[in-house]
Amino acid sequence: MSDFAQTLITAIAIGSLYALIALGYTMVYGILKFINFAHSDIVVLGAWGSYSLSVRILPALGYGLKEVPPVWVALMILLLAMIFCGAIGFTIERLAYRPLRRAPRLNVLITAIGVSLLLQNVGQLSFVFGASPQDMPPLLSDRALATFSFGEGESARQLVIGMVDVVIFATATSLMLIMQYLVFHTKLGVAMRAVSFNTDTAALMGIPVDRVVSFTFVLGSMLAAAAGFLIVMKYPSISQPAHTIWVLLGLKAFVAAVIGGIGNVRGAVLGGFVIAFVEQFGAFYVSSNYRDVYVFTLLILILLVKPSGLLGSTLREKV
Amino acid sequence: MTRGTSSVGTGVVAASAKSEAAEVAVKGNGWTGLIPIAIGILIALVLHFALPAPQRSYNTQILQIIGIVIVLAVSLNIVNGMTGQFSIGHAGFMAVGGYTAASITYYGSMLLWGSTTKHGGFLGSGDWLFLGSCLAGGLVAAIAGYVVGLPSLRLRGDYLAIVTLGFGEIIRVVLQQTGPLIEDVEALRSVGLKQLVPPPLGGSLGFSGIPKYTNLFWVYSILTITLVVAYRLKSSSAGRSMISVREDEIAAQAMGVNIARQKVTAFVVAAFFAGVAGGLFAHSTGTVSPKDAGFQQSFDYVIMTVLGGRGSISGVTLAAIFLTVLPELLRDFEQYRLIVYALLLIIMMLVRPQGLLGIHEVWEMFNRRRRKAETSGSDVSPAEVGP
Repeated sequence: MSDFAQTLITAIAIGSLYALIALGYTMVYGILKFINFAHSDIVVLGAWGSYSLSVRILPALGYGLKEVPPVWVALMILLLAMIFCGAIGFTIERLAYRPLRRAPRLNVLITAIGVSLLLQNVGQLSFVFGASPQDMPPLLSDRALATFSFGEGESARQLVIGMVDVVIFATATSLMLIMQYLVFHTKLGVAMRAVSFNTDTAALMGIPVDRVVSFTFVLGSMLAAAAGFLIVMKYPSISQPAHTIWVLLGLKAFVAAVIGGIGNVRGAVLGGFVIAFVEQFGAFYVSSNYRDVYVFTLLILILLVKPSGLLGSTLREKV
Repeated sequence: MTRGTSSVGTGVVAASAKSEAAEVAVKGNGWTGLIPIAIGILIALVLHFALPAPQRSYNTQILQIIGIVIVLAVSLNIVNGMTGQFSIGHAGFMAVGGYTAASITYYGSMLLWGSTTKHGGFLGSGDWLFLGSCLAGGLVAAIAGYVVGLPSLRLRGDYLAIVTLGFGEIIRVVLQQTGPLIEDVEALRSVGLKQLVPPPLGGSLGFSGIPKYTNLFWVYSILTITLVVAYRLKSSSAGRSMISVREDEIAAQAMGVNIARQKVTAFVVAAFFAGVAGGLFAHSTGTVSPKDAGFQQSFDYVIMTVLGGRGSISGVTLAAIFLTVLPELLRDFEQYRLIVYALLLIIMMLVRPQGLLGIHEVWEMFNRRRRKAETSGSDVSPAEVGP
C-alpha cells in the first residue's frame, strides 16, 4: 500500500513536469502545426540556466553553495530562468521559424531538428555550459512535510511526502492555472485560439498573427524553463546539454501532448499525468529497465486506435 | 492539411521523363541492365586488391566507412526523399541488421570452426557465411521496416517522425537489456533455452569480438547494388508512385496509386539495405552497441538526405561523402562539427529547402542547363518549382 502511495506521489510530481513541457509542445503545434523539436532543448536551457544563475547569484548574495538560501532567491532564479528562456524562444521563432511560415511542414520540422541540434551542441561548448554533468546547489530543503507509517515489525513501511514534490506540484499547478486563465479568459487567449483554429481567417479579422505566434513561443518557452528549474530541484545532478536523457524527456512530453490530443491545452495536462503514471507504475511493478518502452508503446497504441488523442477532436482532411 | 501543393506532380513529370530513357535501355536487352553492377563489382575488386587492408590503413578504413554510410543514406532517401515519409529511426534498422548479422557470424563460426576468428581467405567459406549473415540482417531489418511502415498508413509527417524515433529508442533500450555474450565454444554447445532468454547479445556493453570480414570488395559491391536498385526504383513505375505520394497523397490516391502499399514498400526496401549496411558496419569495426540505434546516429543520415536533395541519389551520395570526410578533416574542431551540421540544416531550409540537387541527379543538372540554353528558357523546368 505504501509503495503504491509513494509511486503515486512521484508520478504526480513527474506528471506535472511532463504536463508543463507538453503545454509548450501542444501550443506550438496547435498554432503552427509542427513539432517544435527544439522545445526539449529549451527545458535544458532552463535547467542549465538555473544552474549557472545559482552558482553566480548565490555567492554574490553571500550564501554558500551548500546551504539553502531563503525562498525568494529560488523564486528569483526561477523567474530569471523563465525570462531568459522566453527571450531565447522568441529569438528562435523570429529567426528560424518565421521565414518558413508558408513552407511545407516537413521543412519546418527539419529546421526544428536543426535548431535542436544547434542548441544542444552550443550548450556543450566549454565556454557555455560545458560537456560534463554538474551538481545543482540546493535551493530548497527537501525535508519531509508529512510522514505516514504503515504496518508493523518487519513489514513496516513509511510514506514520505517530500517538500520538493509538493513544490513541484504547486508551482506546476499554479503555472497551469495561469495558462488556463490566459488562454480561455483573456483577449490574447482568444486570439491564440483563433489563430490555432484558422490562421488566415484570424489574420483577416485583424489579429496580429505574428505577434500571437511570438507570444505563444515565449509562453511555451517560459513554461519549459520552469519545468527545467523544477527538474533540477528534484534531480540535482544535471546531465550535459546534449545527453540523451533530455531528448527522451522532451519526447515523452511530446507523447503526452499527443496522447492528450495535440493542440488541446487541457489534453496536454491530462496526457502528462497519464504518461507519468504509466512510466512510474510500469517501472515499479514490471521492470524499470523498460520505462521508455512503455511510453512509446502507449504512444503507438494511441496513435493507431485514436490518432486525435484522448481529448482531441477529429479533423477531416480536406483537399 | 497545408502541404505544399505548388509542386503537385512536377516531380512525377520529371521522373517519368527521365525514366523513358532508362526503360528503353532495360527493355532493349535483359542483360544490359546488369552492366552497371558488373562495372561496380569490378571497381570493388580493383579497390580491394589495389589498396591496403582496412586493418592496416586508416584511409582505407575511411573509404570503407564512406561506402557503408552511402548505403545508409541512399536507403533512407527512398523513404525520406522519394516517398516523403519522414523517418528518423534509420539507425534502428541498421542496428537490427547489425546485431542479426553479428550473432550469425559470431555464434555460427563458433559452432562451425570452433573460434570467432576470421575463417578462410578471399571468397572462402567465412566470407560466404558473412555475406549470408548480412543478407539475413537485411531481411530481419526489412521485417522491422514492415512493422514500422504500418503506422505510416495512418500517420503522416511529424507523427510518423515521432513513431520512427520511438522505434529506434525501443530498439536501443531492448538491446541494452540483452544478456552477456557466450564466449566459450563448449558453453555454446551445451547452451540451454534458459541462457537464450534474454538473448546473449552483449547487453549495454555492446556486441564485440565480431570477426572482421568487411572489406572494400564487399562494401563497394553492396554499394553498387544499392545504388542500382535505388536508381532503378526511382525510374520505375513503383518509384514514380512513391514520388507521387510524396508530392500529394490525395492526388496520388485519386490517380489510383495504392498509397499504403507504396509507403510500406519504401520502408521495407530502405530497412533491408540499412540492415545489410548494419551487417557491414558490425563486421568492419568488430563491435555494435545499443547506442548505434540511437536517434543521434539517425540524424546524421537525415542530414545527408536533406543536404543532398530529397530524392536525388547522386546528391545524397555526394552529401554522404562530404559529411563523412569533413569531420575527418576537422578532427581538431570536433566539438563544432554538430554545430556546423545544425547551421547547415537551418540555412539549407531557409535558402534551398529542396536540397543541393532537389530530386535531380548530377548529370541531369548539366542536361537541363544545356536544354535551357537551347530553348532559351521557354520550357518550364520542373526544378524551378520548389516544394
